Amino acid sequence: MNQANTPATPSVTAGIPNVDKRKQLNLRHEEISMEVRGLNLFYGKDQALKEITMDIPNKRVTAFIGPSGCGKSTLLRCFNRMNDLIDICRIEGEIRIDGEDIYHPSVDVPELRRKVGMVFQKPNPFPKSIYENIAYGLRLQGVKNRRKLDEVVENSLRRAALWDEVKDRLNDNAFGLSGGQQQRLVIARAIAIEPEVILLDEPCSALDPISTAKVEELIIDLKESYTIVIVTHNMQQAARVSDFTAYMYLGELIEYDDTAKLFTNPAKKATEDYITGRYG
Amino acid sequence: MRSWFKSGDPWIWLIGGAVSISVIMVLGLLLLIAVRGLGHFWQPPIVEATFHDGDQQIVVLGTIRTAETVTAQAVREAGFDVPEEQDLVDRYLFHLGNRDLTGRDFQWFIGDFLSEFRYPEDAIMLERREWGNFFGYLQAIKQDGEVIAEGERAFEELVPRLARSRELVDATVRMERFDIGRINFAIERERLEQRRIELNERLDEEERAALIAASQAEVDRLNQEYQVLFDELTILRASGRRDALVARTSDGQQVTINLGDVVRATRANTMTVPQKMREYGARFWAFMTGYPREANTEGGIFPAIFGTVTMVLIMSIVVTPFGVLAAIYLREYAKQGPVTRIVRISVNNLAGVPSIVFGVFGLGFFVYFLGGNIDQLFFPERLPAPTFGSPGLIWASLTLALLTLPVVIVSTEEGLTRIPRAMREGSLALGATKAETLWKVIVPVSTPAMMTGLILAVARAAGEVAPLMLVGVVKLAPNLPVDGQFPFIHLERRIMHLGFHIYDVGFQSPNAEAARPLVYATALVLVLLILVLNLTAIAVRNRLRERYKSESD
Repeated sequence: MNQANTPATPSVTAGIPNVDKRKQLNLRHEEISMEVRGLNLFYGKDQALKEITMDIPNKRVTAFIGPSGCGKSTLLRCFNRMNDLIDICRIEGEIRIDGEDIYHPSVDVPELRRKVGMVFQKPNPFPKSIYENIAYGLRLQGVKNRRKLDEVVENSLRRAALWDEVKDRLNDNAFGLSGGQQQRLVIARAIAIEPEVILLDEPCSALDPISTAKVEELIIDLKESYTIVIVTHNMQQAARVSDFTAYMYLGELIEYDDTAKLFTNPAKKATEDYITGRYG
Repeated sequence: MRSWFKSGDPWIWLIGGAVSISVIMVLGLLLLIAVRGLGHFWQPPIVEATFHDGDQQIVVLGTIRTAETVTAQAVREAGFDVPEEQDLVDRYLFHLGNRDLTGRDFQWFIGDFLSEFRYPEDAIMLERREWGNFFGYLQAIKQDGEVIAEGERAFEELVPRLARSRELVDATVRMERFDIGRINFAIERERLEQRRIELNERLDEEERAALIAASQAEVDRLNQEYQVLFDELTILRASGRRDALVARTSDGQQVTINLGDVVRATRANTMTVPQKMREYGARFWAFMTGYPREANTEGGIFPAIFGTVTMVLIMSIVVTPFGVLAAIYLREYAKQGPVTRIVRISVNNLAGVPSIVFGVFGLGFFVYFLGGNIDQLFFPERLPAPTFGSPGLIWASLTLALLTLPVVIVSTEEGLTRIPRAMREGSLALGATKAETLWKVIVPVSTPAMMTGLILAVARAAGEVAPLMLVGVVKLAPNLPVDGQFPFIHLERRIMHLGFHIYDVGFQSPNAEAARPLVYATALVLVLLILVLNLTAIAVRNRLRERYKSESD
């Protein structure tokens, strides 16, 4: 039980340069994009999130880890109010993006979702052509200019590292793509409308290792321009791509810190047990 | 044995058996209808035989419709003198025609009393516009009462002359239907215009007189035009009745028949198979495109086909948007709770209401209430004659739309439910509102389900008869609901319908024997029509499915 002094997780972070070699980050020195204050979420009578308070730094990758059912996806879906779709869901507390409370009654939800993009666990392209999938968000905003659309479609696909694979078949049905390509298409679709934040809900859980590697590279590229929040079950993935990591358990935020610190020298026993695989 | 039961084999045999029985029944039914219906158009040989009844001898000439074997006992009881030692007797149903001369055109004959069948080459069969078929021996052709061909040459002369007179008669009918119809329509419109002027209270006496005078002038002009056309028509008619044929019937009467009364003439016993096939095609074409004659027992069924198709199309146009919108509301917008559940149960149960109830409702609500009020508001000049206040195409279509609404709602709702949540969320996450998500993603993706609903609706509507008898389908409609007169589609007109036509021809006809093959032929056309409508809808649906296919399919 007395393991706090020994390196806790050689197996998780071994050989991952992102963790081992870069200098440590400190949340206090980061520019903050989203603030969560005293967030409680209830499904009917069950409380799914308990008094969450945290800051999400701007243009960094923040990962949520924790066992199934710990509320990390629920928390993620609070940032773009996706939980509104569930009738019995009730929220207390505040989430502020750029200082504005997104749960204020005067907030235009579609507008918020344009600012906070989301990518889901399973790729969910629309049954339309590849081109139309990317153009969908822009068309919603009333963009009709063909040249502008062409430009955005190409840029988004390039940024999602998909352009070379699909440039000759932009008018084919998006369901003809492989799972990994579909997931990158969905990411391209999300960045086409230039959001500030991108939420990724276990984006690689339905993908093979090669596709996963491509998506991870993409995430690291994208943090240049976007604030990224990712939920993942895969701790290596969290260690590889994220700058900050939050460990959640049973609806509570147990520990939230710089990724390198959290994985190599967690402050809490529960975190350590989880990342060393001794959980449960 | 026990292990055989446990293996599940008996179940497979049972299910397989049930499926085969169903398939055999369906195919058998279709085959029966097809054989009986299509057989009607084939020209059978004309049989001549001598019938001995005691010391009486009659020569019988006609085609054999059916032959059957019955017990001698039954025949004896009917008063025929059949030898005691004989058990079975053949009897033949002859189609003798000549209803105008003998009063009946079908008759049974006992085979034992008939001589050998002969197939005389000069026997002809005439299909006439009135009185049904004529069977006899062609003797001569007359033009304006003068004999111009006799004997062998008579038939050669008959063919071109018959074609000429048919063309003239067709021209007469066209003229009556279109040109004179147009003038009558225009005169009626002027009459209504005058009536409208009289009813208009905002006009003073002078204005009214002036307007009516103008209208009257138009009527006079139309009447003159009519007179010109009528003179033309008289000449045309006379010209069509120039030629006549003289024929002898089997009992020796000499008959003169005007070629204007003959539709087609065949010398069946000299026809080769290709000739018969050509004749078959011509008769089938005439059946599909012609208008009915002789209380629907002869002629074609075109108005019924046209009426059925028009009605089903209008029904589809009405039921699809209503059903789809209702389903979208129920599934997407209505708060799911006891009220929605009750609505849903009611909709499902609506599908189980007997169709005649819909007919009664349609008559009471659509025809009398809606139609009556429309007449009061928009057509006061035609009252008391109803316009929309009597059964008609639009009311029949609306009643059917109501009848098939549940099917469309249920299928559309099912389609909406099947759409994965992820697709909805994907759209919402891009900043789409609920309505945008609905119209740009959900509705397009669920179109195949809507088409399924429409397919079921069409199949049900095209075959429905009972409610239609109350709300707009009649035995004989003088005009098609679509014609060249403004406004081109006359929704208030009554229509003919294949289903009702079958009932009418088969069970309301004075000449049941003559009508029976037509029942099969009409049923075949109805089945094929439903098949074509369905296949079209299925083809559309499959294209949509291809377009919106997702991995879940």
